[in-house]
Amino acid sequence: MAEHGTGPLMDSSPKVHVEFEGVSKSYDGRTMVVRDLDLVVYEGEFLTLLGPSGSGKTTCLMMLAGFQVPTSGAIRIGGRAVDDLPPRKRDIGVVFQNYALFPHMTVGENLSFPLEVRGMDPQEIRKRVGGSLELVRLEGLEGRRPGELSGGQQQRVAIARALVFEPALVLMDEPLGALDRRLREEMQYEVRRIQRKLGVTVVYVTHDQQEAMAMSDRVAVFQRGRIEQVAPPEALYEEPEREFVARFIGDNNLLHGRVIGVEGDLCRVETGGQIVTAFRVVPCQVGDLVSVAIRPERVAVSPKPGLYGNELDARIDDIAFLGDHLRLRMTVCDSPDFIAKIPNIVGHGGVLEGDRVRVGWTLTDARALEPDESGEGFP
Amino acid sequence: MRPALLVLPLAAFILVTFVAPLAVMLGRSLYDPLVADALPETLRLLRQWDGERTPSEPVFETMAGELLKARRERTLGRIATRVNRVQAGLRSALLKSVRKLRSAPRPDSWREAMIAVDPKWAEARTWHAIRRAGERFTLRHYLHALDLDQAPGGGIIRQPPDLRIYLPLLQRTLAVSLGITLLCLLLGYPIAYLIANAPPRRANLLLLLVLVPFWTSLLVRTTSWIVLLQTQGVINDLLAAVGLIAEDQRISMIYNMTGTVVAMTHVLLPFMVLPLYSVMRTIPPLYMSAAASLGANFLQAFRRVYWPQTLPGVAAGSLLVFILAIGYFITPALVGGQSGQLISNMVAYHMQQSLNWGLAAALGGVLLGGVFLLYLVFNRLVGVDRMRLG
Repeated sequence: MAEHGTGPLMDSSPKVHVEFEGVSKSYDGRTMVVRDLDLVVYEGEFLTLLGPSGSGKTTCLMMLAGFQVPTSGAIRIGGRAVDDLPPRKRDIGVVFQNYALFPHMTVGENLSFPLEVRGMDPQEIRKRVGGSLELVRLEGLEGRRPGELSGGQQQRVAIARALVFEPALVLMDEPLGALDRRLREEMQYEVRRIQRKLGVTVVYVTHDQQEAMAMSDRVAVFQRGRIEQVAPPEALYEEPEREFVARFIGDNNLLHGRVIGVEGDLCRVETGGQIVTAFRVVPCQVGDLVSVAIRPERVAVSPKPGLYGNELDARIDDIAFLGDHLRLRMTVCDSPDFIAKIPNIVGHGGVLEGDRVRVGWTLTDARALEPDESGEGFP
Repeated sequence: MRPALLVLPLAAFILVTFVAPLAVMLGRSLYDPLVADALPETLRLLRQWDGERTPSEPVFETMAGELLKARRERTLGRIATRVNRVQAGLRSALLKSVRKLRSAPRPDSWREAMIAVDPKWAEARTWHAIRRAGERFTLRHYLHALDLDQAPGGGIIRQPPDLRIYLPLLQRTLAVSLGITLLCLLLGYPIAYLIANAPPRRANLLLLLVLVPFWTSLLVRTTSWIVLLQTQGVINDLLAAVGLIAEDQRISMIYNMTGTVVAMTHVLLPFMVLPLYSVMRTIPPLYMSAAASLGANFLQAFRRVYWPQTLPGVAAGSLLVFILAIGYFITPALVGGQSGQLISNMVAYHMQQSLNWGLAAALGGVLLGGVFLLYLVFNRLVGVDRMRLG
């Protein structure tokens, strides 16, 4: 997988922190949960593994933490292969899905635990515990037990515990999954703030693409045990390389068709009797099947003729008023459920359900992608 | 109110079959009216006795009359046994005297006549014994059960060391029960851990292995231990066959304390495993992973993270096994021999053989009180509301 784009932290020749090389994992010896995976995590980077459940992202995290052993391939941390290193010697902080705070210990005891097993001096332990509680803004709660804390507070304790022994690498497995929406957004910001402040490398697992977009320097999109694309959030949104990424990140309209002409970066795709000109993301040839992706907010309805590189006929099936925008459900090129988002600036813009209209978008807003393996949706 | 009526049959059942017999039995340890009912006048006269010299003629005369009446009512034997329990030797003195007096003509002096039959009647302690046997409400069974005795002067003294039976036995029972509890914990903890962390199918199978012996008759299991452990048993045969022990050095593993401990540990093991399992099942393996990721080795993780969380199960299982062990009867009776007997066997002996029900009840009362005391201490230390019994 080509490294696409660079995050803010990668400008001055970044150092590799974690490396997956050809890693595969199978639990039962037949089905592969992770397939021949290559991935690089740079020092100080916030990398998110994003994908639907069962796509192998948590397995990758557990292999990195040392709880699972790769069936084949190698994982290196700081250039050193870690196959033979048990979890306790990897010096990795892990924040578990349900926090895994020890219920019989107070917050203070939970935080002291990793320091005590390292034989640290009690005075130093007190200092560090106090410091990390301050970091997560939970000063004065040392004496509480986890059961007496709110979900958000437990989350902060779990993060503090994963950081208190100052690991260079922190893994987080869907840490915000159990929180309600508002708290989740607040915690996203908190996690990001702490990570920036400490400069630790974070590998974060989530199935929530908004969370991934909001927090990450780079996002690795997982599907069926493979990485579809690794890129910064903007690049993932604007320049998806594969149909799965285009569909998974944000909303997208997909038109399936066959390439009938290639001109430099552009290709002409015949779909449903009309011709769409699209940016050639994959080196497709005439006759190849491709999926053309167009973001709903880039679709103009009834544009001034000649303004856009693509202009097609459409029928409006449904109009939903959503406050700041209108959501038009249309049939374009025989494809139903083609969505256009119209900013609520000029009201309805004069269109009604059942109207036949022209729709348009620029040449580069249409991206011809390699279709998913399943090939569903093709004629 | 109406739902409460649904448990009325159960409440009645428990009242009739458990609470009432228990109360009656415990009552026997404190209330003993037999002698008091049979010799009311004698005892009344004895109340004025100075307690040092031989009582005067009226006392002898009254008692002779009441004893002859008791003989006619066929309660004399039981009275003699009761008095004999307070002071050994008085049974024969009583029976002999009544036999002689009955056949002889009415004597001039009952006092002289009875002392002539048995000089014990001249001794003050004999009459102290009769007075004590005549107490309607009495603590002497409890004193007896605790190897204490009432001094003639009224104070309480310990029995001479060679006559102390029950306290050493109680001590032994406590020690053995404690040992069995520890053994059960040592053996049961890993089993419970294995079951709690196995995949469901295997967990069910393992649980079945724990429960099947539980469902098998106690007698069958105990007998199997006899087959295994006796001198001509499977284990000794095996050891002798491979030459680990000589033929004439076969180990005696049964009909002694070893047999009691082995068989009882086996019988009581499920009571430890089940509460432990029910607690361990609720502890996600994630905690151990978390501890490992925080830098703890297995021992540290177990001691600091896993073990403390299993304490409610450990407490429940231990209390259950200990309380069952302390009152266990059938297994020590079958495989305990002489040295493997526990306090319950002594209770049974007094119930069935010596027919000293008062003492049996007092021993039971002591046991009950002891268990209750331990429970209170335990509750103070651990907190029963934190326990998980299953």
